Amino acid sequence: MSEKTPAITQATLVKKAAPKSDYKPADVSPQRRVQRSFAVRLWSVRHSRLLEWFYARFSDMFLLLHPLWKRIGYGRVEGPIKFVEKRVKGFMFDCRMCGQCVLSSTGMSCPMNCPKQLRNGPCGGVRANGNCEVEPDMPCVWVKAWEGSRNMAHGDKILDVQKPVDQSLRETSAWLRVTAQAAAAREAARNVPKPGAPA
Amino acid sequence: MIGRQPDENPAGIHLPLDPLPGHTSRGRLERVLRRGEFAVTTELNPPDSADPEDVYNRAKIFDGWVDAINAVDASGANCHMSSVGICALLTRMGYAPIMQIACRDRNRIAIQGDVLGGAAMGVANMLCLTGDGVQAGDQPGAKPVFDLDCMSLLETCRIMRDNGKFLSGRKLTTPPQLFLGAAINPFAPPIDFRPYRLGKKIAAGAQFVQSQYCFDVPMFRTYMQQVRDLGFTEKCFILCGVGPLASAKTAKWIRSNVPGIHIPDSIVKRLEGAQDQKKEGKQLCIDIINEVKEIPGVCGVHVMAYRQEEYVAEIVDESGVLKGRQPWKREIRRDDQLVADRLDHILHDEITETQVDMVKTAH
Repeated sequence: MSEKTPAITQATLVKKAAPKSDYKPADVSPQRRVQRSFAVRLWSVRHSRLLEWFYARFSDMFLLLHPLWKRIGYGRVEGPIKFVEKRVKGFMFDCRMCGQCVLSSTGMSCPMNCPKQLRNGPCGGVRANGNCEVEPDMPCVWVKAWEGSRNMAHGDKILDVQKPVDQSLRETSAWLRVTAQAAAAREAARNVPKPGAPA
Repeated sequence: MIGRQPDENPAGIHLPLDPLPGHTSRGRLERVLRRGEFAVTTELNPPDSADPEDVYNRAKIFDGWVDAINAVDASGANCHMSSVGICALLTRMGYAPIMQIACRDRNRIAIQGDVLGGAAMGVANMLCLTGDGVQAGDQPGAKPVFDLDCMSLLETCRIMRDNGKFLSGRKLTTPPQLFLGAAINPFAPPIDFRPYRLGKKIAAGAQFVQSQYCFDVPMFRTYMQQVRDLGFTEKCFILCGVGPLASAKTAKWIRSNVPGIHIPDSIVKRLEGAQDQKKEGKQLCIDIINEVKEIPGVCGVHVMAYRQEEYVAEIVDESGVLKGRQPWKREIRRDDQLVADRLDHILHDEITETQVDMVKTAH
């Protein structure tokens, strides 16, 4: 239907009127130009259950290593950890290093890959075939997120309302932040005297 | 005495209404919905001009037929007069605008400022949207902002209203009194997530929602069934979006070019088979209104008649959704009318009186 007839929108007219040259870049959004194909990302969504399990173990391990991180200094380990995190998550999820990872609440589909960077669900423009409004050849990040969340044990976390992104945390390690926060919460819980226990 | 209409401030039409218990805003739309009346809202086609009369002329044709008018925020990413500007003009004349806020063009600092500014001008209703991508509009080279999304925008407005604070936690001297709205699209994938997404929006602060164009009534009915089962109809007023299609050709064009609008083949066939396609499009809209108004949980309709605004009154009238009720209408006050009747001639008569003449005529 829409694939056969080329869509003539206002934007197409504007583009046609632009001065021509021999260099014709790919007709996708700037965000797509920095990114490879999304085959790996889709694999991650299909195996969201496995990744959820793995992530739980992984974060436990990081928390166990908290004394080590603290000894070395979180500030000092940030560089190498970020280097690894960026590459691993970049390969697996096309991570954008927002620094506030919500993958476990979004079916292992990174919401920062949405051209509108929506973190709370799909916009109203999703095409009938489940592709993105802005990128006609890309499956909607949130359609995939919903599919992925249905496979997960704690998939209903997708129904939580997410806070807006704190842009000042860009390019920082979410792994270390989560670990430090979990450690602080553990400390706080330990310091509260249990009811009934001797002081 | 001056005959006053319902939902009008006696001290002046541009002033907010008296606060009522259980109401979060001082606007007309919330009163109509909470009274359980079937509400009608519409959309004003924003002018590409700096003339206020263009706005007033476009609003005038809705007089007495709608409860609120949406002031769109560069819909389809095409540049027009801003929604804040339109709202400023409309509130002066006593209209009840719904200020649309899209996340595409402004960041959280600008948006929170606009919310306060709008509320100070008397805007009682705000509709929080994500906004179309810039690629859809006439300036695809613009920088897309999308700092907030519709959900965090709703929450931001709710925090400002209920907690009297900015997102940062800084206190407001006077919080805005708002009736918060959002948009729903039950016709786009992932279909089974859509009802839950409405739940998220309600959790974030939505009190009323307007839907995308509804051309597929069975699909909308299933959606409403799911929404009712989840108990969302008690927490939120749902307005169904409807509109006339100008022709079968327009329908096909919209279907393949405007993201998020679902038009089934049966609708296109019905239009193609008609003698007068424009008239059939109008009739189709009336038929859809008559079907959706019977669905439990539907509290009103949102009539979007882009470039066919003159049909809104006819559509509302012929579908009979108002059941004899007349929404607020801008009328000249009776004392102003009296003055105008007696003294209007002095504006048009070409008499130049000198004081000598005046003394002569007085004797």
